[in-house]
Amino acid sequence: MFESKSGIFYIAGIGFFVLAFVSNALVPWLMYNDIPEKTVAELINPNLRYQFEDLARRYPEAFEAAYGKPPGGDAEHDVWWNEKCGDALRVGHKIYVGEGCWHCHSQFIRPVSNEEQRWGPVSRSAEYQNELQRPVLFGTRRVGPDLCREGGRRSNDWHAVHFFKPDSLSQESPMPEYPWFFDGSADKPNAKGLAIMTYVQWLGSWQESYPYYEAYVQSALPKPESVEADAEAAEGEEDAAEEGMAEDAEPAVETPAGDAAPADDMPASDTPAAEAAPAAETPAAEGAAPAEATPTEAPK
Amino acid sequence: MATLTIPKTQSVYTHEELVDEKIIKWYFAAALTFLTTSMLAGLLVSLQLIRHNPFAGIELFSPGRWRMVHTNAVAYGFLANGFLGCLHWAIPRLTLQPVLDRRLSWFIFAAWQAVVGATAAGILLGEAQGLEWGETPVWVDPVAQLGLMLVALNFGTPIARMKGPMYVTLWYFMAAFIWTPLTYAMGNFIPEYFVSGTSAGAVGGLFIHDLVGLFVTPLGWGLMYYFVPILIKKPIWSHGLSLVGFWGLAFFYPLQGIHHFLYTPIPMFLQYGAVVSTIAVELVVTTVIINFFGSIWGNWSIVRTNLPVRYFYTGMVFYFLTCLQCSFQVTLTFQKIIHFSDWVVGHAHMVMFGVFSMWIMGMMIYLFPRLLKREWASQSLLEWHFWLSTVGLAVMAGDLILLGLFQGWSWAALEPWDASTEFSVPFWAIRAIAGLAMFGGLIALITNIFKTLKAASANA
Repeated sequence: MFESKSGIFYIAGIGFFVLAFVSNALVPWLMYNDIPEKTVAELINPNLRYQFEDLARRYPEAFEAAYGKPPGGDAEHDVWWNEKCGDALRVGHKIYVGEGCWHCHSQFIRPVSNEEQRWGPVSRSAEYQNELQRPVLFGTRRVGPDLCREGGRRSNDWHAVHFFKPDSLSQESPMPEYPWFFDGSADKPNAKGLAIMTYVQWLGSWQESYPYYEAYVQSALPKPESVEADAEAAEGEEDAAEEGMAEDAEPAVETPAGDAAPADDMPASDTPAAEAAPAAETPAAEGAAPAEATPTEAPK
Repeated sequence: MATLTIPKTQSVYTHEELVDEKIIKWYFAAALTFLTTSMLAGLLVSLQLIRHNPFAGIELFSPGRWRMVHTNAVAYGFLANGFLGCLHWAIPRLTLQPVLDRRLSWFIFAAWQAVVGATAAGILLGEAQGLEWGETPVWVDPVAQLGLMLVALNFGTPIARMKGPMYVTLWYFMAAFIWTPLTYAMGNFIPEYFVSGTSAGAVGGLFIHDLVGLFVTPLGWGLMYYFVPILIKKPIWSHGLSLVGFWGLAFFYPLQGIHHFLYTPIPMFLQYGAVVSTIAVELVVTTVIINFFGSIWGNWSIVRTNLPVRYFYTGMVFYFLTCLQCSFQVTLTFQKIIHFSDWVVGHAHMVMFGVFSMWIMGMMIYLFPRLLKREWASQSLLEWHFWLSTVGLAVMAGDLILLGLFQGWSWAALEPWDASTEFSVPFWAIRAIAGLAMFGGLIALITNIFKTLKAASANA
């Protein structure tokens, strides 16, 4: 059997391969099957919408060239913004993959090596159950930092300059420059530039601790019940995440070591621009509550 | 020189009827072309890391894209072409049966070069798929899949037609022809069209792992089991250990995919399973190494005099080191520090260059004189190739593995991120120099081939 053609064909060739596929691929597949896969339309949240509209304010000409003008009327207005934001996410994702960004930037926070101090909450299964994680972008190497909590951390202006000439903001950065995301200068991003910035701003925008992931400490006050119910109906994400994590040995670390003075440890050193970013206007800055008042319910 | 006559009692075919020598030469030419491309791509990326990229800001020279060309050109352009060339020699001579159809062989050759070319073009135009080693644009995937199935058919036929007991080489080949198309289909279609998220990560891990373990490794070892006894003129030391090696690899290797994604949200019990089977396969690997070292034991001087044997055994030493390293790095303790760092890059280079490229080079150095019916033009250029490749790789791997530790510790200590890219620069510079040495070795080999060709045609 061990040296015969049929033994090698059926047992080693087919049998062992199928065994490995069932145990290593089918098992997690079935385990996470109950977490619904979100479409791009379902991924758009108020935090992202804020950033996307901010792009339109900062780069009006480029934005209009890429996406046209928003229609009048509140309802259509909202649908239009969501639609364009979805387009930008899709294109941005394609660029992120096509340029090989994910070979130098990972998208997952491990529960070890102080990563939740540096970047924020440990990654959970549910965060990856969406159309933009086909195939999943866990990443393989970190030449640059992890990006799955990057959204909202820095302003769109910062990203534009950084994509145009990385070492003008991060001194000695080995990141390549991407002038083809721009029409000649850092203040003129083209459609590609707007899309990749939208994508980067999306990363982590679903987090409750957005945009201060690493310094985030949950409020001691209980949440109003009505808001929580709404949150479940609209998002369902947190719950799905909890379920997905139930089987995991590593619990999701939501709050990094409470009072261990994480804030001034490291990211502060390179985020001057983040100060200028949305804090005042983003709904999330005031907690999860106002998030529900905004669009996501009716994505076209 | 191996004898080219075949005992008539076993086969009615002559060597010329069995082996299509021309296609082997073409496969080797393609392999070396893609290796050159890949090494230039690697050089470009290494220059980017030390911030001396001469093509900065040019879209078609985007280092991110060339990084993917680098890995894909090695896997599909160099290793696959090199292996296919060697298989066209080994399989017909071992089974004493020709391949299914020579026209099919040429069709596969052309189709495969088109696949690799389209992959490179697609990647350079920004059409890559987001899967490591599966960056082949989605519109190329079905063609590649078909090509791999035709390879299995073309080479499977002589194995199926063969009578009598199967030599260990053929166990590996037969299994590889089944595993490779299955692996390719699994990795390129399932995470793209059927599953997303964490479970797609598990499939992707299985894919990158199986591509090394079920395509490259069995073909490599199969060819070693074929060429080593012929060259050292002694049988393999232990048939029993061959069995352990093959079945151990077949069972344990596919179970390890998830060890590429430890500490992800993939369920922890699966991660433990992957770690345990990885350590198990290292024990199996040790039996294979013992078997080969047992075969050459007492006959070590041949390593000095016979260049292909030296390549093979150098590759085996690197293989042992890689696997030893792997049994440590796969543990969760090591993963905390080395995951995402240059340690992994060093490890990958040691496997792909130190082991499999060295083996393919060794086989090329053995086969070229037989294909061209002419001795190598320059022995010293061959020595240059060997030493530049070996020393270059050893320096590169050692440098990156050490750097990986420093990076991991720096990150865990929450130093500012820029610190890790700053102290990496001297290491990356050494890596670039080591890479240049390896590239110099390749140039020596290619020069030597051209010299030999010229001498051959002058002779004819």
